[in-house]
Amino acid sequence: MLAHAIFFYFFSFVAIISAIMVTASKNTVHSVFFLILDFISISCLFIMIGAEFLGMIMLIVYVGAVAVLFLFVVMMLNVAQQKNQWFKSSETSTHIPVGLIVSLIIFFELIIVIGGWKYKPDIIKNFSDSLISNSTNTHTIGSVLYTEYIHLFQISGMILLVAMIGAIVLTFRKREGVKRQNYFSQISREKNQGVELVEVKSNEGVKIDV
Amino acid sequence: MEYIVLLFSEIYKILYVLIPVLVSVAMIVWLDRRIWAFVQKRRGPNVVGPFGLFQTLADALKYIFKEIIIPASSNKIIFILAPIVTMTLALIAWAVIPFSEDYVLADINVGILYIFAISSLGVYGIIMGGWASNSKYPFLGSIRSAAQMVSYEVSIGVIIINVLLCVGSLNLSDIVLAQEKIWFVIPLFPMFVIFFISSLAETNRPPFDLPEAEAELVAGYQTEYSGMMYAMFWLGEYANILLMCALGSILFLGGWLAPMNIPLFDIVPPPVWLILKILFLFVLFALIKAIVPRYRYDQLMRLGWKVFLPFSLIWVVLTSGYLLYFDLLPVY
Repeated sequence: MLAHAIFFYFFSFVAIISAIMVTASKNTVHSVFFLILDFISISCLFIMIGAEFLGMIMLIVYVGAVAVLFLFVVMMLNVAQQKNQWFKSSETSTHIPVGLIVSLIIFFELIIVIGGWKYKPDIIKNFSDSLISNSTNTHTIGSVLYTEYIHLFQISGMILLVAMIGAIVLTFRKREGVKRQNYFSQISREKNQGVELVEVKSNEGVKIDV
Repeated sequence: MEYIVLLFSEIYKILYVLIPVLVSVAMIVWLDRRIWAFVQKRRGPNVVGPFGLFQTLADALKYIFKEIIIPASSNKIIFILAPIVTMTLALIAWAVIPFSEDYVLADINVGILYIFAISSLGVYGIIMGGWASNSKYPFLGSIRSAAQMVSYEVSIGVIIINVLLCVGSLNLSDIVLAQEKIWFVIPLFPMFVIFFISSLAETNRPPFDLPEAEAELVAGYQTEYSGMMYAMFWLGEYANILLMCALGSILFLGGWLAPMNIPLFDIVPPPVWLILKILFLFVLFALIKAIVPRYRYDQLMRLGWKVFLPFSLIWVVLTSGYLLYFDLLPVY
């Protein structure tokens, strides 16, 4: 148990430190790398409390896909060279009230979560009683997710689909004069369409039609 | 005292897996070059040792004694971290590979998800190396490679879902044991083909080696690396290739199981069967490297998103429909 506790506190420590470093580091790419470290240590914490399925999904979805896109955007925009000019004057730092509102909401949500714990201390026990204790994590999640919460599951799927279609519609532009490759015409090209045998007369040359 | 004994026994077990993997990586590099040479009617490395077997060791020695050059304008910490990340991620995935029923380092419940997660982390070594080099070609190579690996991971994930539908467990040993009657390569043959091609793309092997297309990008993300750091990238790459071969043989070729239930085959120890299957897949990898020309980048993306992903999704529907209709779904 001692080793378990040591590792748990180690990962929590790394998670908190890297979360602070995400906001504190000056280079944006470094911030993203710290964010990745944060995700990884949180997924380690998930595994340590016995939720190995959630931990692995966290790694696959957040670290393997979402953070890669973050890195892409940050590297492409070249924000690493930008100087932080937000806090220089009151006119440019309009984002501060928005940030305050968001952090207040998160703070109250945390209070609600912890308060719920206080009013219903046996809520975890009620949950775990209804589940079969000797089946694995994955089976347990599946048996609840696709039966009791099937509507919520479908609704979240629909929301994701709508978001995806919306992103495609927003970024899709039809531009004129873009040359595209048609695979079927490329593959179905025969020799007589591509090559022509020409008798070249001297001093006249050949006219090549494009 | 108990902790120390436990620690040393665990270290012993880890070395028992790690050293064979590292030695086989060295051998596999030699085999790769040899097969490549034979297809092109050359001899390949045949000087150092019997049949040139020690060529890789000689290369590694050479790399160790070369100077490590760190570019002045690079981001030094990330530049040094990148090969370490690649190498580590390529090796830690071997922790869950079952070599036989009881010869496995960590028999965890979500083994296949663990391997999938680790291989999806593999892209970071490449991105970090390409970005920290602070140079055009490595950056372009790493961007290409990241897009490619993320796209092909999607189809590999869907293919894994196909296998999991037939097994009903995420444990790798359970996946192998579910194939005692029939290997999944027979009912899921199209998925095996797609998995093989996707793993070629996932490990940046030819014909999908665009991240290091030497005609356009010098050596891709490895351009600025030298000495031992380059060798670590290279070892990590080959360890990843071996890992994908092992995953293919566990998911589709029955892992450590013998081909048929004949008493004669029982003499051969189970790990040998797994190694033979890994070698078979690796020879296919090497042959494809020698005989197929490189893809264009848009063709690569089209193949991943427009061909493999829809096809494997349709196959998920087919597999689950079949299993449901004939009441074959594994229920735990």
